Amino acid sequence: MTQVTDVTRSIDARGMPCPGPLMSLIGAIREGSVGDVIEVLSTDAGSFTDIPAWVAKASHEIVAVTEMDDATAFVVRKMR
Amino acid sequence: MPAEVVVLGGGVGGTLVANLLAKRLGDDAKVTVVDPTGMHVYQPGFLYLALGQANGRWLVRDERTLLRRDVDLAIERAVRIHPEAGTVQLERGGSLSWDYLVIATGARLVPDQIPGLSDGAFGFYSLEDAERLREELRRFAGGRVKVGIAGIPYKCPPAPVEFVFMLDQYLRRRGLRERSEITLLSPLNRAFTIESASKLIQPIMERRGIGLETFFNVESVDPSAGIVSSLEGDKAEYDLLVLVPPHRGQGLIDASHLGDAGGWLPTDRHTLQVADNERIFAIGDGTDLPISKSGSTAHFEAPVVASRIASLIDGSAPRSNYGGRVMCFLETGDGRATALRFDYEHPPVPPQPSRVWHAAKWLFNRLYWETVPQGRIPEVAMRRRGPNRRGANGRREP
Repeated sequence: MTQVTDVTRSIDARGMPCPGPLMSLIGAIREGSVGDVIEVLSTDAGSFTDIPAWVAKASHEIVAVTEMDDATAFVVRKMR
Repeated sequence: MPAEVVVLGGGVGGTLVANLLAKRLGDDAKVTVVDPTGMHVYQPGFLYLALGQANGRWLVRDERTLLRRDVDLAIERAVRIHPEAGTVQLERGGSLSWDYLVIATGARLVPDQIPGLSDGAFGFYSLEDAERLREELRRFAGGRVKVGIAGIPYKCPPAPVEFVFMLDQYLRRRGLRERSEITLLSPLNRAFTIESASKLIQPIMERRGIGLETFFNVESVDPSAGIVSSLEGDKAEYDLLVLVPPHRGQGLIDASHLGDAGGWLPTDRHTLQVADNERIFAIGDGTDLPISKSGSTAHFEAPVVASRIASLIDGSAPRSNYGGRVMCFLETGDGRATALRFDYEHPPVPPQPSRVWHAAKWLFNRLYWETVPQGRIPEVAMRRRGPNRRGANGRREP
């Protein structure tokens, strides 16, 4: 799992229905700088497909996907 | 002394909550609506205006005519809320004090956040933009039409999909469809935010020859080259570009330090109270709730807020909660529509498009002024179980 200090911005999207967590990630990538590491906490099952698919399409990088007790953390690095 | 209730914003939510409060509380409350224009705009009509199916004059009414006589209307711009003092500062000087505040100021369009958008794209998210698009469509002689979304969240999520369906019909009627391409640039990997609705919509798009480009979040527009670029690195050429501009909360919210980074109000999803402020409530497009920004949402939220404030004033326990209820129509062209009825817990199961739903939407458009702002829509008409209880897949709705 990425160290907390590596995460530039953490988004708590727990409880948001699909596609909320992905949209929050897209918004953060839009506002961020190259190299930023963004963590999205999601409880939505759709995020397991939506987020990796978008990250691949947009040529960014999935750093980690960590399942926790009450959510899954998707950690993404902005590559361009 | 009557309790003072100030409602900021004279849209569907603000007007309805003011009327409901005045009706329920009578002399126990003094209700004031503050609105910068004093004019009430029926925004769902913009779509029809852009496609030449409505007149702009039909979409605007004097807010005074929609409010009960015992509701005051202040045609003023609120510039700062002071939660501790219980006041709201007005642009022309002076302030109003309140015991309870309802923020129903909606969202604002910020097209300048996307380079080239204002010069290169048309839209239908304001009265002026819809009129400008209508004129451009009258001049349009065929070509590549791209319809996209330049920021999320945005109001009325079905509107871009409705637009491509209705544009397809419009161009066929004018004999221009053969010479035109229509493509929806979707920010997601499907046509619409809600998956069940996408499953219904996408086959219809295919049958109509409407293209779909997925994961296309608009980043910039180059008007001279006629190219729209996405955050994902794709480019699309256009002859006519129609975009939903980015939205954010009102400047009033930023100035009052009440909102998040997007200017949206942190709102309790059930009580609709603004975080850490027991006497401030939010309804409509200005909240941060994970639910559609639409007049329908405000319509269902307003009775909850009116009931909770009335309970706080008369000393009874507030019992009313918002469950995330929304009901929208979705036009699919050719005189047909479907309906999306859902809440926080139940995604929609849209029925197959039919003339009945299209007629229902037209009827709603026609009856809006005499019903919604006054709270005269019968509850039964808006339930998730409507006249057609079978979903697109033939299953009965939950």
